Amino acid sequence: MNWLDTILQGVLLGGLYALFAAGLSLVFGIMRLVNLAHGDLIVLAAFLILVLATTLGINPFVAAVIAMPLMFAIGWALQYFLLNRTLGKDILPPLLVTFGLSIVIQNGLLESFSADSRRVFAGRLESASVNLGPVTAGIMPLMTFFSAVAVIVCLNQLIYRTSVGRAFRATSDDPVTAGLMGIRPQRIFAMATGLAMVVVTIAALYLGTRANFDPTSGPSRLIYAFEAVIIGGLGSLWGTLAGGIILGVAQTVGAAMNPEWQILAGHLAFLAVLLFKPRGLFPRAVD
Amino acid sequence: MTMAIPSFTVETRTRASTFSAIAVIALLLLAFAAPFIVSRGVIQDLFFILTMLVLAQNWNLLAGYAGLISVGQQAFVGFGAYTMFGAVILFGVDPVVAILIAGAFAVALAIPTAFFTFRLYGPYFAIGTWVVAEVARLLLAQWKALGGGTGTSLPRDATRDMMGVGFMRDLFGMKTSEAGDALTYWLALILVIATIGFIYGLLRSKQGLGLAAVRDNEQAARAVGVDAMRMKTFVYLATAFMTGLAGALIYVQKARISPDAAFSVTDWTAYVIFIVVIGGIGTIEGPILGVIIFFLLQNLLADYGSWYLLMLGLLGIAVMLFAPRGLWGLFSDRTSIQLFPVRRVLKGGPLNLTHKGGPHG
Repeated sequence: MNWLDTILQGVLLGGLYALFAAGLSLVFGIMRLVNLAHGDLIVLAAFLILVLATTLGINPFVAAVIAMPLMFAIGWALQYFLLNRTLGKDILPPLLVTFGLSIVIQNGLLESFSADSRRVFAGRLESASVNLGPVTAGIMPLMTFFSAVAVIVCLNQLIYRTSVGRAFRATSDDPVTAGLMGIRPQRIFAMATGLAMVVVTIAALYLGTRANFDPTSGPSRLIYAFEAVIIGGLGSLWGTLAGGIILGVAQTVGAAMNPEWQILAGHLAFLAVLLFKPRGLFPRAVD
Repeated sequence: MTMAIPSFTVETRTRASTFSAIAVIALLLLAFAAPFIVSRGVIQDLFFILTMLVLAQNWNLLAGYAGLISVGQQAFVGFGAYTMFGAVILFGVDPVVAILIAGAFAVALAIPTAFFTFRLYGPYFAIGTWVVAEVARLLLAQWKALGGGTGTSLPRDATRDMMGVGFMRDLFGMKTSEAGDALTYWLALILVIATIGFIYGLLRSKQGLGLAAVRDNEQAARAVGVDAMRMKTFVYLATAFMTGLAGALIYVQKARISPDAAFSVTDWTAYVIFIVVIGGIGTIEGPILGVIIFFLLQNLLADYGSWYLLMLGLLGIAVMLFAPRGLWGLFSDRTSIQLFPVRRVLKGGPLNLTHKGGPHG
């Protein structure tokens, strides 16, 4: 077994998990909402890309670019018309509504696309690889990882450098005072969820091209995203990337020992972090 | 100068509850006699309703009263079921005894689970419990003696020679399979009575008042001396025990287990959440109403497959948005009828206070 190779694959897989997690982290950071349908929304976006790519006969990357504004609109509407009604001091309504939404999306997809496993074909890119000295890395995993880094850089720039980002942070700190300054929290929340859905679309592109997915794949994507967020520590996007990498490495190392242990090893790494560092490895937020 | 001290009494009893106590006793007598009255198919349906009701009451206690929103209760159903299978297959324990062992093992799993998941903030607690359920499922799928990932069946003799089955066969002249169904049904009935009795008793007690206080305002409750963490841990372990018992009992009746079925988030958590939400979260009556609606919907829409679940999801969302206290809440608000009253009403004294505070306080 080539350990170096195993770890590299794990790091690159971590990029995918960071992409799953970034949207979850963004939404939680701004409105303290945990969307239990997050994984199902990733799968929904993957089906959207699949449909666009096959019906229009276009490259999946182009299909993802078309899917982004659509998913933004879905996220915006979802937040503005449904989830905003559930926000408040009580954590029960948002959790139960998003849980219901998760079941609705899963079964809606099952009805429309059947339970078959699907895959988005990316042509020659899928098997292309580069030689990095002692190890080789696939082009797709590398692109996944660098997309995750790019997404995090962009989100950080957006949050800390633009007026929209300032409104995000202000609403996150104190929605009432932000409202007095002319910010409409309802719209800021809708915008944030829309943005999270753009990130979800990017995650879906790589989910769909690197492995099979089916309508019931959502919940495990949610769990990976959640584990990456908690391992990294709440409130830090770079921490989320680190969390994703740790999860990815734990999974590939587990799989290298016994293929049946892949998922289990990831969960055990998560529990170990929770045991020794309950607030995650790089906590930022105080709440 | 002396002042007359008004003689207040605190009561939770209402007229409807006195009436319902009588009705409940009559209903229970009828329920116990059911295996002699109705067919085996009906008994199996009733068994399903009763076991789902146990799961729903437990989830309701967790989420509606202790504020612990778990989507990982399938961990205790599955672990309880697997413990029962292990005890029966590997050690030849009688299934009825194995159910009790399963309850104890579910608590044993709940202790480390609580240790981990209680570190997570509110909504993340929900997903944390789910991770633990996944870990339990993946670990048990590795256990080859119990069939690994594909699962296994209970030996035929084990259920045939189950405690009480022979006795019932001789006494009532039942066939073995009939006696087995009647026995599991009676056990489910006893479990429902014990669960509701326990929850009702807890909510009427001082601890229950503390629990409601923690749910409504944790800081304020702690300020007046309620140990919130201890209450939550106690409720979490108690629900794990009862959920484990229910899981083991369900699988004595099913007699066939696999990790994916025993740890199914849809069967043991999603359905349960919809039952509680649609019926009315935070009331004892809610899950009872919810499980009846759930059963009717399932029979009505069973042929539509995933449309059924989709509709259930939409119904759950609609209820959460427009009637957050469920159908029972709507009914109770209009009629003021409570069958299991836990609200404390101050009676007597000069003012005759019938002022009502928040619900269930």
